[in-house]
Amino acid sequence: MKPTVVVVDDHAIFRRGVRAELEDRVEVVGEAESVEEAARIVLALKPDVVLLDVHLPGGGGVEVIRQVATSRPAQRFLALSVSDAADDVIAVIRAGARGYVTKTIGGEELADAIRRVHGGDAVFSPRLAGFVLDAFAGSMTPAEVDPELDQLTAREREVLRHLARGYLYKEIAHRLGISAKTVEAHVSAVLRKLQLSNRHELSRWAVERRLVD
Amino acid sequence: MRAMATAPPPAVPARPTLRRDPAQGRLGGVSAGLADRLGVDPRLVRGGFLFASVIGGLGAIAYAVLWATIPARSGSRATNRRATLLVAAGAGFLVLAVLLALRELELWFSDVVVWPVLLAAVGGSLLWGQAHPAEPAPALDPAPDRTAGLYRGGFGIALVLGAVLLFLQGSGSLGPLRDVVLAVVVIALGLALILAPFLWRLGRNLATERAERIRSQERAEVAAHLHDSVLQTLALVQKRADDPRAVATLARRQERELREWLFDPAPPAAASLAAELRRAAVEVEEAHGVPVEIVTVGDAPLDEPVRALVAAAREALTNAAKFAGLAGPVQLFAEVEHGTAQVFVRDRGAGFDLDAVPEDRRGVRDSVLARMERHGGRAAVHAAPGGGTEVELCLELA
Repeated sequence: MKPTVVVVDDHAIFRRGVRAELEDRVEVVGEAESVEEAARIVLALKPDVVLLDVHLPGGGGVEVIRQVATSRPAQRFLALSVSDAADDVIAVIRAGARGYVTKTIGGEELADAIRRVHGGDAVFSPRLAGFVLDAFAGSMTPAEVDPELDQLTAREREVLRHLARGYLYKEIAHRLGISAKTVEAHVSAVLRKLQLSNRHELSRWAVERRLVD
Repeated sequence: MRAMATAPPPAVPARPTLRRDPAQGRLGGVSAGLADRLGVDPRLVRGGFLFASVIGGLGAIAYAVLWATIPARSGSRATNRRATLLVAAGAGFLVLAVLLALRELELWFSDVVVWPVLLAAVGGSLLWGQAHPAEPAPALDPAPDRTAGLYRGGFGIALVLGAVLLFLQGSGSLGPLRDVVLAVVVIALGLALILAPFLWRLGRNLATERAERIRSQERAEVAAHLHDSVLQTLALVQKRADDPRAVATLARRQERELREWLFDPAPPAAASLAAELRRAAVEVEEAHGVPVEIVTVGDAPLDEPVRALVAAAREALTNAAKFAGLAGPVQLFAEVEHGTAQVFVRDRGAGFDLDAVPEDRRGVRDSVLARMERHGGRAAVHAAPGGGTEVELCLELA
């Protein structure tokens, strides 16, 4: 069973390109080009994964996630953007996207990322891994640290470093002598911390995108 | 001319010479100049002059004498202001001349009017100088001269008011004035109530217009930038549509350039490890047409060993770009943590065996491994799982 996908992007050319690249690999069931249209189509078609552009007229990808999440909290989103700005990327992840890739990604890799998100895993581009390492590098006073959320374990850092170096999950598993499933578990744990931690670096990025009211 | 050729260079004074500094000053720059010379806060000197003026007038006289005797520091911003002040002084002298002439002709009321009229002339011309600035302030940078203008305007108003009071006192009508003042204040309040909404609307309209002007300026700037960059690149892409490699290179260069413009408006001021690595990546990418993806975490200032680290990384990138071929981007990851800088350069190319590299190919051996060791770091080259090669550079920071 190929996963079903809705592509949300305000550029028709880009939607067509993605559709062509993903042909045979996943099933693109719908497209949308604005926040309001995206929310409507995603709720109607209930795709496995929504491929979501970060920058959209009418509030951006963050707004799509928020509108869909109220009636369909389990919907899985993979953010896709040309932006390399930390606040854009972190904001959409914190809103609930399970991964972030840049638009220059190749078709095979993109299909792989979609399958991964469909399977409940997290997808980190090297740059996102770098942002996360940066965000969790600052020191906090021990009193305010929630070790469950505000700090990365040594193994998680190691995995992120390899992601930032451009390694694939199975290559990381090979290098660290652990199973690919364990690597995925580490990345998912990092994603959870990224979404829930109150580290001020993350909150600051989120505030800059008006994610926090 | 011999004399000029052999003239000794001017000695550099330990302290700045005493010069008026109209560019920094509020009125004539005397206080600013003095403060600069004495190395104290100009506000202190200003306060001193003001105090001395209020208690006996000595301050004002001293200020005037100093203003006349101390030469001004040369500076462009001062000229406009000096012109205004010169005009004011000129107006004062002209009026004085007219008064003297009238007196000579016996068309005269009393000597009481001399000082008020003189003060009013100087103050008035200062104010009029404010009223029509040479051109409207540029929208983006209106700030620098405004405080000076305010001070000058305030000085002018004070002079004119002083003139009025002096005249009234001279003609003995200061007493009844109190009642008049009360009436005037009441009328002014009434007028303010009536006019306030109108003025407020006027102000708002002006603000809107200003915002509109800024917006259109920005739009013009964006349009100009897009024209110079993106449209040119698109034209080039169309021309070279039959050469996919060239098109990809063009697109990538344009993307990077646009990205910098959009997301990093202010380039890092000081050279740092991350900035230098980024530059090296761009250069290698341009030279070899192979995309380089760079991720940096943390940063370090540039010193001699860090420079060596950058040079080694550049060599590793060049090598990777040569060997990587078309097998996807070269990946550079740099991290500075706990006083250690680490740089990883990996490609997904065919890979190469370091031991198989002939002795005369000095690139990797000298430029990477030996260079790192010379600067107290270390380097390792190993095959990366999944194919390709990874160069690892490590340096303890001082």
